[in-house]
Amino acid sequence: MSEQTATWFNHYDVRPQSEVPAESPLAWSYRKTGRPAVSQQSRVVLRERAMLGHLILRGGAIVLDEAVRRVLGFGLPGRPNTLTQDDDGQRSIQWLSPDEWLVIVPGGEEFALEGRLREALGDARDTAVKNYAIVNVSGGQTLIELEGECARELLMKSTPYDVHPEAFPVGKGVTTVFAKANLILRRPSEQRWELVLRRSFADYCYRWILDAGAEYAIGVDA
Amino acid sequence: MFLIYCPHCEELREEEEFHPKGQAHIVRPADPEACSDEEWGDYLFFRDNPRGIHHELWVHAVGCRKFFNVTRNTVSYEILETYKIGEPPRITAESLASDEVQGKVQVASSGQQTVGATNATVETVKGEKA
Repeated sequence: MSEQTATWFNHYDVRPQSEVPAESPLAWSYRKTGRPAVSQQSRVVLRERAMLGHLILRGGAIVLDEAVRRVLGFGLPGRPNTLTQDDDGQRSIQWLSPDEWLVIVPGGEEFALEGRLREALGDARDTAVKNYAIVNVSGGQTLIELEGECARELLMKSTPYDVHPEAFPVGKGVTTVFAKANLILRRPSEQRWELVLRRSFADYCYRWILDAGAEYAIGVDA
Repeated sequence: MFLIYCPHCEELREEEEFHPKGQAHIVRPADPEACSDEEWGDYLFFRDNPRGIHHELWVHAVGCRKFFNVTRNTVSYEILETYKIGEPPRITAESLASDEVQGKVQVASSGQQTVGATNATVETVKGEKA
Protein backbone atom coordinates (compact mmCIF):
# COMPACT_ATOMS: atom_id res chain seq x y z
CA MET A 1 0.00 0.00 0.00
CA SER A 2 1.32 3.42 -0.89
CA GLU A 3 2.50 5.91 1.69
CA GLN A 4 -0.21 8.32 0.65
CA THR A 5 -2.93 6.17 2.20
CA ALA A 6 -4.93 8.13 4.76
CA THR A 7 -4.11 6.79 8.19
CA TRP A 8 -6.63 8.82 10.13
CA PHE A 9 -10.31 9.59 10.27
CA ASN A 10 -12.45 12.16 12.02
CA HIS A 11 -14.58 10.59 14.66
CA TYR A 12 -16.40 13.18 16.70
CA ASP A 13 -19.83 13.64 18.20
CA VAL A 14 -21.80 15.71 15.73
CA ARG A 15 -24.50 16.31 18.33
CA PRO A 16 -22.68 17.47 21.45
CA GLN A 17 -24.41 18.80 24.57
CA SER A 18 -25.14 22.42 23.81
CA GLU A 19 -27.32 25.37 24.77
CA VAL A 20 -28.53 25.63 21.19
CA PRO A 21 -31.53 23.32 20.72
CA ALA A 22 -31.34 20.90 17.82
CA GLU A 23 -34.24 21.15 15.39
CA SER A 24 -35.72 18.62 13.01
CA PRO A 25 -35.41 19.43 9.29
CA LEU A 26 -39.19 19.84 9.33
CA ALA A 27 -39.32 22.35 12.21
CA TRP A 28 -39.55 25.26 9.80
CA SER A 29 -42.26 23.51 7.77
CA TYR A 30 -44.35 22.95 10.89
CA ARG A 31 -44.27 26.67 11.63
CA LYS A 32 -44.74 27.78 8.04
CA THR A 33 -47.19 25.17 6.70
CA GLY A 34 -48.68 23.90 9.93
CA ARG A 35 -49.70 20.48 11.08
CA PRO A 36 -53.21 19.26 10.21
CA ALA A 37 -54.59 17.41 13.22
CA VAL A 38 -55.33 13.70 13.16
CA SER A 39 -59.10 13.16 13.16
CA GLN A 40 -61.58 10.31 12.93
CA GLN A 41 -61.67 10.81 9.16
CA SER A 42 -57.89 10.56 8.72
CA ARG A 43 -57.06 7.64 6.48
CA VAL A 44 -53.36 8.51 6.41
CA VAL A 45 -51.30 9.57 9.39
CA LEU A 46 -47.88 11.17 9.01
CA ARG A 47 -45.40 10.91 11.84
CA GLU A 48 -41.87 12.24 11.83
CA ARG A 49 -39.19 10.34 13.68
CA ALA A 50 -36.66 13.11 13.88
CA MET A 51 -33.14 12.99 15.25
CA LEU A 52 -32.47 9.33 14.65
CA GLY A 53 -28.91 8.18 14.12
CA HIS A 54 -28.13 7.51 10.45
CA LEU A 55 -24.83 5.90 9.45
CA ILE A 56 -23.65 5.04 5.95
CA LEU A 57 -21.44 1.94 5.81
CA ARG A 58 -19.29 1.31 2.77
CA GLY A 59 -16.95 -1.54 2.05
CA GLY A 60 -16.93 -5.26 1.44
CA ALA A 61 -20.08 -7.09 2.52
CA ILE A 62 -18.28 -9.99 4.22
CA VAL A 63 -16.03 -7.87 6.43
CA LEU A 64 -18.80 -5.43 7.33
CA ASP A 65 -21.31 -8.19 8.04
CA GLU A 66 -18.95 -9.78 10.55
CA ALA A 67 -18.41 -6.49 12.39
CA VAL A 68 -22.07 -5.45 12.34
CA ARG A 69 -23.19 -8.84 13.59
CA ARG A 70 -20.79 -8.59 16.51
CA VAL A 71 -21.81 -5.02 17.42
CA LEU A 72 -25.54 -4.90 16.65
CA GLY A 73 -26.46 -8.58 16.92
CA PHE A 74 -27.88 -8.90 13.42
CA GLY A 75 -26.29 -8.95 9.99
CA LEU A 76 -26.46 -7.07 6.74
CA PRO A 77 -29.36 -7.80 4.40
CA GLY A 78 -28.31 -10.53 1.98
CA ARG A 79 -30.31 -9.41 -1.05
CA PRO A 80 -30.46 -6.09 -2.90
CA ASN A 81 -33.30 -3.73 -1.92
CA THR A 82 -34.01 -5.36 1.43
CA LEU A 83 -33.54 -4.43 5.05
CA THR A 84 -32.85 -6.24 8.29
CA GLN A 85 -34.02 -5.15 11.74
CA ASP A 86 -33.47 -6.11 15.33
CA ASP A 87 -36.29 -7.75 17.30
CA ASP A 88 -38.13 -4.59 18.36
CA GLY A 89 -37.57 -2.78 15.06
CA GLN A 90 -35.58 0.05 16.67
CA ARG A 91 -32.44 -0.57 14.64
CA SER A 92 -32.29 -1.40 10.96
CA ILE A 93 -29.81 -1.88 8.15
CA GLN A 94 -30.80 -1.30 4.55
CA TRP A 95 -29.06 -2.28 1.32
CA LEU A 96 -28.43 0.85 -0.76
CA SER A 97 -25.97 -0.38 -3.37
CA PRO A 98 -23.59 -3.35 -3.72
CA ASP A 99 -21.08 -1.76 -1.34
CA GLU A 100 -23.26 0.62 0.65
CA TRP A 101 -25.69 0.21 3.57
CA LEU A 102 -27.77 2.59 5.67
CA VAL A 103 -27.90 1.91 9.39
CA ILE A 104 -30.63 3.66 11.38
CA VAL A 105 -30.53 3.54 15.18
CA PRO A 106 -32.28 5.52 17.94
CA GLY A 107 -30.96 9.07 18.21
CA GLY A 108 -27.88 9.46 20.37
CA GLU A 109 -26.60 5.93 19.76
CA GLU A 110 -24.85 6.67 16.49
CA PHE A 111 -21.69 8.19 17.93
CA ALA A 112 -20.99 5.24 20.22
CA LEU A 113 -22.02 2.78 17.51
CA GLU A 114 -19.58 4.28 15.03
CA GLY A 115 -16.79 3.90 17.59
CA ARG A 116 -17.69 0.29 18.29
CA LEU A 117 -17.91 -0.53 14.60
CA ARG A 118 -14.51 1.02 13.97
CA GLU A 119 -13.14 -0.99 16.85
CA ALA A 120 -14.67 -4.21 15.51
CA LEU A 121 -13.42 -3.53 12.00
CA GLY A 122 -9.98 -2.88 13.35
CA ASP A 123 -7.34 -0.94 11.57
CA ALA A 124 -8.39 -0.22 8.00
CA ARG A 125 -4.71 -0.13 7.08
CA ASP A 126 -4.27 -3.83 7.86
CA THR A 127 -5.18 -5.23 4.49
CA ALA A 128 -6.62 -4.00 1.26
CA VAL A 129 -9.67 -6.17 1.91
CA LYS A 130 -10.51 -4.15 4.98
CA ASN A 131 -10.99 -0.80 3.31
CA TYR A 132 -14.19 0.65 4.62
CA ALA A 133 -15.91 3.93 5.38
CA ILE A 134 -18.42 4.91 8.02
CA VAL A 135 -20.10 8.26 7.64
CA ASN A 136 -22.50 9.81 10.10
CA VAL A 137 -25.26 11.39 8.02
CA SER A 138 -27.75 11.92 10.86
CA GLY A 139 -27.84 15.66 10.30
CA GLY A 140 -28.49 15.30 6.58
CA GLN A 141 -31.69 13.35 6.59
CA THR A 142 -34.86 12.65 8.49
CA LEU A 143 -37.39 9.84 8.62
CA ILE A 144 -41.13 10.14 8.01
CA GLU A 145 -43.65 7.39 8.69
CA LEU A 146 -46.89 6.99 6.79
CA GLU A 147 -49.59 4.82 8.26
CA GLY A 148 -53.23 4.21 7.49
CA GLU A 149 -55.43 2.47 4.97
CA CYS A 150 -54.69 4.99 2.20
CA ALA A 151 -50.94 5.31 2.73
CA ARG A 152 -50.31 3.09 -0.29
CA GLU A 153 -52.66 5.15 -2.44
CA LEU A 154 -50.78 8.29 -1.47
CA LEU A 155 -47.51 6.64 -2.49
CA MET A 156 -49.01 5.52 -5.80
CA LYS A 157 -49.65 9.16 -6.64
CA SER A 158 -46.12 10.18 -5.80
CA THR A 159 -43.68 7.55 -6.99
CA PRO A 160 -43.30 5.52 -10.20
CA TYR A 161 -42.11 2.54 -8.14
CA ASP A 162 -44.59 -0.31 -7.82
CA VAL A 163 -45.87 -0.30 -4.22
CA HIS A 164 -48.32 -3.16 -4.67
CA PRO A 165 -47.86 -5.66 -1.80
CA GLU A 166 -46.74 -8.30 -4.31
CA ALA A 167 -43.98 -6.09 -5.67
CA PHE A 168 -43.19 -4.41 -2.36
CA PRO A 169 -43.33 -6.97 0.45
CA VAL A 170 -42.54 -6.20 4.07
CA GLY A 171 -38.79 -5.93 4.57
CA LYS A 172 -38.11 -4.23 1.26
CA GLY A 173 -36.52 -0.81 0.85
CA VAL A 174 -35.54 1.07 -2.30
CA THR A 175 -34.02 4.37 -3.31
CA THR A 176 -36.33 5.85 -5.88
CA VAL A 177 -38.01 8.89 -7.36
CA PHE A 178 -40.66 10.53 -5.23
CA ALA A 179 -42.43 13.60 -6.55
CA LYS A 180 -39.45 14.39 -8.79
CA ALA A 181 -37.19 14.39 -5.75
CA ASN A 182 -35.50 11.26 -4.54
CA LEU A 183 -35.74 9.43 -1.28
CA ILE A 184 -35.47 6.04 0.34
CA LEU A 185 -38.78 4.24 0.57
CA ARG A 186 -39.05 1.29 2.93
CA ARG A 187 -41.65 -0.98 4.40
CA PRO A 188 -40.54 -2.33 7.79
CA SER A 189 -43.96 -3.69 8.74
CA GLU A 190 -47.32 -4.53 7.21
CA GLN A 191 -49.04 -1.22 7.97
CA ARG A 192 -46.15 1.19 8.08
CA TRP A 193 -44.15 2.86 5.32
CA GLU A 194 -40.98 4.82 6.02
CA LEU A 195 -39.57 7.64 3.91
CA VAL A 196 -35.97 8.69 4.49
CA LEU A 197 -35.70 12.24 3.17
CA ARG A 198 -32.78 14.49 2.60
CA ARG A 199 -32.86 17.63 4.74
CA SER A 200 -32.89 19.83 1.65
CA PHE A 201 -35.92 18.00 0.23
CA ALA A 202 -37.76 17.70 3.55
CA ASP A 203 -39.94 20.80 3.29
CA TYR A 204 -40.83 20.14 -0.35
CA CYS A 205 -41.72 16.50 0.30
CA TYR A 206 -43.66 17.40 3.46
CA ARG A 207 -45.83 19.85 1.56
CA TRP A 208 -46.23 17.41 -1.33
CA ILE A 209 -47.43 14.70 1.06
CA LEU A 210 -49.91 17.07 2.75
CA ASP A 211 -51.25 18.08 -0.65
CA ALA A 212 -51.45 14.51 -1.92
CA GLY A 213 -53.01 13.40 1.37
CA ALA A 214 -55.66 16.14 1.54
CA GLU A 215 -58.29 13.86 0.00
CA TYR A 216 -57.60 11.23 2.68
CA ALA A 217 -57.83 13.88 5.46
CA ILE A 218 -54.17 13.37 6.30
CA GLY A 219 -53.18 14.20 9.86
CA VAL A 220 -49.76 14.88 11.32
CA ASP A 221 -49.13 13.07 14.57
CA ALA A 222 -47.05 15.48 16.62
CA MET B 1 -43.83 3.10 -18.09
CA PHE B 2 -40.50 2.18 -19.63
CA LEU B 3 -38.52 -0.18 -17.43
CA ILE B 4 -34.79 -0.84 -17.51
CA TYR B 5 -33.16 -3.77 -15.73
CA CYS B 6 -30.45 -2.67 -13.27
CA PRO B 7 -27.89 -5.49 -12.91
CA HIS B 8 -26.92 -4.23 -9.44
CA CYS B 9 -30.43 -3.81 -8.00
CA GLU B 10 -31.40 -6.97 -9.86
CA GLU B 11 -34.80 -5.67 -10.85
CA LEU B 12 -36.59 -3.58 -13.44
CA ARG B 13 -36.72 0.11 -12.62
CA GLU B 14 -38.41 3.13 -14.11
CA GLU B 15 -36.49 4.90 -16.88
CA GLU B 16 -36.66 8.16 -14.93
CA GLU B 17 -34.09 6.75 -12.48
CA PHE B 18 -31.39 6.31 -15.15
CA HIS B 19 -29.02 8.51 -17.12
CA PRO B 20 -27.11 7.55 -20.28
CA LYS B 21 -23.41 8.35 -20.17
CA GLY B 22 -22.24 7.69 -23.72
CA GLN B 23 -20.27 4.94 -25.38
CA ALA B 24 -19.03 2.02 -23.28
CA HIS B 25 -15.81 0.01 -23.42
CA ILE B 26 -13.53 3.00 -24.08
CA VAL B 27 -10.08 2.04 -22.90
CA ARG B 28 -7.81 4.76 -21.61
CA PRO B 29 -4.37 4.52 -23.23
CA ALA B 30 -1.99 2.79 -20.85
CA ASP B 31 0.67 5.45 -21.30
CA PRO B 32 -0.92 8.81 -22.23
CA GLU B 33 2.49 10.46 -22.51
CA ALA B 34 3.41 8.10 -25.33
CA CYS B 35 0.26 8.87 -27.37
CA SER B 36 0.36 10.96 -30.50
CA ASP B 37 -2.01 13.94 -30.56
CA GLU B 38 -4.24 12.05 -32.92
CA GLU B 39 -4.46 8.96 -30.71
CA TRP B 40 -5.17 11.05 -27.63
CA GLY B 41 -7.73 13.15 -29.49
CA ASP B 42 -9.49 10.01 -30.71
CA TYR B 43 -9.60 8.65 -27.18
CA LEU B 44 -10.88 11.90 -25.73
CA PHE B 45 -13.35 13.21 -28.28
CA PHE B 46 -14.26 10.71 -30.98
CA ARG B 47 -17.17 8.33 -30.44
CA ASP B 48 -18.90 5.73 -32.57
CA ASN B 49 -22.34 6.54 -33.89
CA PRO B 50 -23.51 3.22 -35.29
CA ARG B 51 -26.83 2.45 -36.88
CA GLY B 52 -27.84 -0.69 -35.03
CA ILE B 53 -26.17 -2.32 -32.06
CA HIS B 54 -24.45 0.08 -29.69
CA HIS B 55 -22.86 -0.58 -26.28
CA GLU B 56 -23.47 2.28 -23.89
CA LEU B 57 -22.60 3.27 -20.36
CA TRP B 58 -25.57 4.11 -18.15
CA VAL B 59 -25.87 5.08 -14.51
CA HIS B 60 -28.66 4.21 -12.09
CA ALA B 61 -28.63 7.81 -10.90
CA VAL B 62 -31.61 7.69 -8.53
CA GLY B 63 -31.06 4.22 -7.14
CA CYS B 64 -27.87 2.38 -6.38
CA ARG B 65 -25.87 5.10 -8.23
CA LYS B 66 -23.73 2.45 -9.94
CA PHE B 67 -22.63 2.43 -13.57
CA PHE B 68 -23.44 -0.46 -15.89
CA ASN B 69 -23.47 -1.21 -19.61
CA VAL B 70 -26.41 -1.40 -21.95
CA THR B 71 -26.58 -3.01 -25.39
CA ARG B 72 -29.08 -0.98 -27.35
CA ASN B 73 -30.36 -0.93 -30.90
CA THR B 74 -30.13 2.67 -32.07
CA VAL B 75 -32.70 2.03 -34.81
CA SER B 76 -35.51 0.52 -32.75
CA TYR B 77 -34.29 1.93 -29.37
CA GLU B 78 -34.72 -1.57 -28.01
CA ILE B 79 -32.53 -2.42 -25.03
CA LEU B 80 -31.24 -5.92 -25.71
CA GLU B 81 -29.34 -6.52 -22.48
CA THR B 82 -27.75 -4.79 -19.49
CA TYR B 83 -24.58 -6.06 -17.86
CA LYS B 84 -22.11 -5.01 -15.21
CA ILE B 85 -18.92 -3.14 -16.00
CA GLY B 86 -16.07 -5.56 -16.59
CA GLU B 87 -18.32 -8.20 -18.13
CA PRO B 88 -18.31 -8.79 -21.88
CA PRO B 89 -21.58 -8.19 -23.73
CA ARG B 90 -23.47 -11.34 -24.72
CA ILE B 91 -25.09 -9.61 -27.67
CA THR B 92 -22.94 -7.81 -30.22
CA ALA B 93 -23.37 -6.82 -33.84
CA GLU B 94 -21.17 -9.78 -34.74
CA SER B 95 -23.04 -12.30 -32.60
CA LEU B 96 -26.30 -11.20 -34.20
CA ALA B 97 -24.74 -11.45 -37.64
CA SER B 98 -23.57 -15.01 -37.01
CA ASP B 99 -27.04 -15.83 -35.63
CA GLU B 100 -28.36 -14.67 -38.96
CA VAL B 101 -26.07 -17.10 -40.76
CA GLN B 102 -27.56 -19.86 -38.66
CA GLY B 103 -31.04 -18.61 -39.44
CA LYS B 104 -31.80 -17.43 -35.92
CA VAL B 105 -32.55 -13.79 -36.63
CA GLN B 106 -35.91 -12.88 -38.07
CA VAL B 107 -35.19 -9.27 -38.98
CA ALA B 108 -32.52 -10.32 -41.46
CA SER B 109 -33.87 -8.36 -44.40
CA SER B 110 -33.30 -4.96 -42.77
CA GLY B 111 -29.57 -5.61 -42.51
CA GLN B 112 -29.38 -3.65 -39.24
CA GLN B 113 -27.55 -6.26 -37.28
CA THR B 114 -24.52 -6.27 -39.54
CA VAL B 115 -23.86 -2.63 -38.77
CA GLY B 116 -20.73 -2.43 -36.68
CA ALA B 117 -19.65 -5.94 -37.66
CA THR B 118 -16.35 -6.55 -39.39
CA ASN B 119 -16.17 -6.71 -43.17
CA ALA B 120 -15.34 -10.39 -42.98
CA THR B 121 -18.51 -11.15 -41.07
CA VAL B 122 -20.64 -9.09 -43.41
CA GLU B 123 -19.06 -10.92 -46.30
CA THR B 124 -20.01 -14.32 -44.94
CA VAL B 125 -23.48 -13.16 -44.05
CA LYS B 126 -24.33 -11.36 -47.24
CA GLY B 127 -22.04 -13.22 -49.60
CA GLU B 128 -20.82 -9.91 -50.96
CA LYS B 129 -18.13 -7.30 -50.37
CA ALA B 130 -19.28 -4.80 -47.75
